[in-house]
Amino acid sequence: MQYLEGRKFVVMAIFLAVAVVFATRLFYIQVLDGSYKLAADRNTLQRIVQTPYRGLIYDRAGKLLVQNTPVYDLMVVPREVKTLDTARFCQLLQLPVEDLRAGLLAAKTYSRVKASPLVPNLSTPELAAIQDNLMDFPGFSIKARMARSYQDTVMAHALGYVGPVTPAHLEKPKYAKYLAGDNLGISGLESFYEQQLMGQRGVQYRMVNVRGIEKGAFRGGEFDTLSRAGQDLHLSIDRELQRLAEKLMAGKRGSVVALDPKTGEILAFVSAPTYNPNKLTGKGLGNRYMELLRNPERPLFDRPLMATYPPGSVFKLVNEAIALQAGVVTPTTGFQCNWKLVRCTHRHEPPNNVNIAIKQSCNPYFYQVMRAMVMRGRSTRKTEDAALGLADWRQQVVNFGLAQHLGVDLPGERMGLIPSPNFYNKQYGKNHWNFRTVYSLSIGQGEIGITGLQMANILAIIANRGWYYTPHFVRSVGKQGPLPQFRVQHRLPIEPRHFEALVPGMQEVIDGRGGTANLASLADVGISVAGKTGTVQNYHGEDHATFAGFAPAQDPKIVVAVFIENAGFGGLSAAPLASLLMEKYLRGNVAPWRKRWESWLPGPADRFLSRRH
Amino acid sequence: MSSPARYSRSIDWVTVGLYALMVLLGWLNVYAASYSPEAPATSLLNFEFNYGKQLVWIGTTVVLIVVLLVIDYKAYDTFAFVLYGVMIVLLILTRFIARPIAGSLSWLELGPVRLQPAEFAKFITALAVSRYMAGINLRNQNWRDQLVLAGLTLLPPLLIVWANETGQALVFGAFLLAYFREGMSPLILLVLAAAAIILILALLVPKLWLVAVFTLILLLVFAFNTRVLRHHLPVALSVWAVVIGMVFGVDYFFNSVLHDYQRKRIEVLINPSADPLGVGWNVTQSKIAIGSGGFAGKGFLQGTQTKFDFVPEQSTDFIFCTVGEEWGWLGTMTVIVLFVALLGRIVYVAERQKSVFGRTYGYCVASIIFFHFSINIGMTIGLAPVVGIPLPFFSYGGSSLWSFTTLLFILLAIDAYRKQDLERY
Repeated sequence: MQYLEGRKFVVMAIFLAVAVVFATRLFYIQVLDGSYKLAADRNTLQRIVQTPYRGLIYDRAGKLLVQNTPVYDLMVVPREVKTLDTARFCQLLQLPVEDLRAGLLAAKTYSRVKASPLVPNLSTPELAAIQDNLMDFPGFSIKARMARSYQDTVMAHALGYVGPVTPAHLEKPKYAKYLAGDNLGISGLESFYEQQLMGQRGVQYRMVNVRGIEKGAFRGGEFDTLSRAGQDLHLSIDRELQRLAEKLMAGKRGSVVALDPKTGEILAFVSAPTYNPNKLTGKGLGNRYMELLRNPERPLFDRPLMATYPPGSVFKLVNEAIALQAGVVTPTTGFQCNWKLVRCTHRHEPPNNVNIAIKQSCNPYFYQVMRAMVMRGRSTRKTEDAALGLADWRQQVVNFGLAQHLGVDLPGERMGLIPSPNFYNKQYGKNHWNFRTVYSLSIGQGEIGITGLQMANILAIIANRGWYYTPHFVRSVGKQGPLPQFRVQHRLPIEPRHFEALVPGMQEVIDGRGGTANLASLADVGISVAGKTGTVQNYHGEDHATFAGFAPAQDPKIVVAVFIENAGFGGLSAAPLASLLMEKYLRGNVAPWRKRWESWLPGPADRFLSRRH
Repeated sequence: MSSPARYSRSIDWVTVGLYALMVLLGWLNVYAASYSPEAPATSLLNFEFNYGKQLVWIGTTVVLIVVLLVIDYKAYDTFAFVLYGVMIVLLILTRFIARPIAGSLSWLELGPVRLQPAEFAKFITALAVSRYMAGINLRNQNWRDQLVLAGLTLLPPLLIVWANETGQALVFGAFLLAYFREGMSPLILLVLAAAAIILILALLVPKLWLVAVFTLILLLVFAFNTRVLRHHLPVALSVWAVVIGMVFGVDYFFNSVLHDYQRKRIEVLINPSADPLGVGWNVTQSKIAIGSGGFAGKGFLQGTQTKFDFVPEQSTDFIFCTVGEEWGWLGTMTVIVLFVALLGRIVYVAERQKSVFGRTYGYCVASIIFFHFSINIGMTIGLAPVVGIPLPFFSYGGSSLWSFTTLLFILLAIDAYRKQDLERY
């Protein structure tokens, strides 16, 4: 019997074993594992976000472009709904009874005690009908919310639009601050300046119990913040100019970019075809967005920013400036219009200097200019010489802001392409290509792509004789002026005199006898325009027409770059279109005798097609 | 009867101190669990709240304790079987006259007070089996004695299961520890433990794996102990067959024998994300409350999980959550240390009894408290299935406080008179 007493140790050991297991487990969940603390905060802490007033957008003249207007949602708290007169309710709202049932069920599934939207974006008659009768429908309420509205129908692409944040957004850490149902800028300036426009959300932490009912401020409001309204954006866009540009581009595909070369401020920015920005706000946004997305004309595609085309003859200016700086040609260098490798567009006077060459857009001349630039005889092997020369050439070309993001204040900008020796090495193999492979670059054709915005920037550089500010839309965020990156002057390593040498030829393009853009002349109102036409070869259809220029030639105040798809020769459509914009901007109106242009230019691109190639 | 002064000296004051400390801490936590920051207490005797009612219950236990200690210790011995009989009748009666409360038919309503006879079945059964144990010797392997003992132990829990209070019935399993101390074969404990392990493994591990492993074990036994192969082949094979049968029977048991809610409680133990809004919710929220307490806790009345009703049954079965949230690991360790100290002290007191009755009863007390302690805390931290039994001395509730107090103080009464026992025998 005595030895049974030893069993008390077994019993005590069992007691202790359980206690040790508990102590270990408790140490783990209480001290080591932090996830329970987070879960506890998730349980009880409710963030109440006060959405600040979104910043407004003004044009160059200080007039309102984009503002907020209240839209109204009909909310429902399922638990408070009592004896609902479905028939009357549905009749007031013109709502099918099935929709009401489905909506109530969805609301119940979300929460019985929290308000959820039953009918979002009430129309004005709906609002009027239900508001007066709300007393009879306990559990229902109207909630005002801000939506964007647009004062004008212009510049949809640059403005972008605002829409509800999607679940896909919410998963990304960048959007951690947003809540489901919040609005955010989805494209354009609305997206780029989202941080500034949205202001600072106010967050209040409330403790809630298991049923979601508030139980007071968390730690006496220690962590609460107040909301701060968003900052306004002041754009450099000239609304009148923008409106005219959009009108002139009607019926066509292409882009127009006008900027002030002295500041880099964008004055007009057209992507054609365009759409009414009011389409992408308010009730039915999603449906209308899909409609625009499916449109074969691709109105949502932001061409000046995202479409890269070969620049065509306009690029001859860049090549000439580089060659002048390299010292391989002078302004008085003459070449023969010899039609050897490249043909010229037409028969013309011999290009005995750069002025004539530019005026006549002589292809053989600029072919020889680039050959002089590239083939410097630095190697006995022609292939090696071409590679060395092309590398040099590219290094200079990218200084013009090409093959890189210019850094405009819009999202989605494309870099474009300026080919490097490696580009051709990959295609043909090292030392298996020479200058004859790349010669089309000399006239801006072939393996080269730039955006409409980059084209405008090239002209701004020439207008400034060698420097530029990054093109931008926003002159001032609130009262703070433009973003810091738009206050930095970029200076090219090319002497101003080399740019100066281009200008007389560019003026002759417009005002010289037999210039390619005589139609664009503003000499009759005393404005000297300098520019260059281009006709971009297009193997898929009619050639594209381009023109890029600035005015006045000696003190440029505006740069315009026009690109019209499938409109053939640039001098006929793009150039007069650009000059109308210059005249409008510089003089405030278009001279009466040019009004016919104003009414003729809008329309489909094929009306400009002349059959002369 | 000896003088009150001498009697008071012979009371085990260590146990009384531990008991008082636990009841006090328990009340503080009940107060915290039912405290509402919007309606701060105007009076501690506010009967709208559990802490007010619990204070009354605590007050009445003082009277109860005095009565228990004043009653002649021999009465517990003498009337054990009578009490047992009354209790059985009461349990049967309750089953018929009780109004269902959450599916359970075990509550008697006497005016404003609700009592659960099942709570009192514990100490009465403990008295009865101790009394019976005093007259037999488990070591003698007398099957008749063992059968009667098993009957005495099993009848009350069967009646309680009948009244849909499975949790309270499981407590009677704890008596096995006391019987073990009195000479029951350790094989029974080992077999039960093995069965439990096999059942849990069968739920966690693919069945064919288990069959392979157990078959391998059998073959290894044969290989290394040829004597088993030669002389005990039938036994070895039947053990193997029973084990394999259990592995496959577990599904049947799980799906057909257990109620839906019972099955869920076990499923949740294995996989807390099963049934996240039902039983899983309770366990998850309970763990969140305890886990969020950290090392030193959020402070008295500062718990958010318990206060805002995330934890269900927060002042009764889940009172440990309040301890964990507001007092942290230090608090939960204090509770565990107190329980281990109390259990140790009870074993110590039991061992110093000279009568088998006293000693068995002491072990019964320790076993019952231990069972409540391990299942209740185990369920709040996800180590045991959710079984609705209270944490002794801590949980809100008159029935449970009274029954645990009675359980403990009968032992102290018996202990206080052990010197007289010495004189008598």
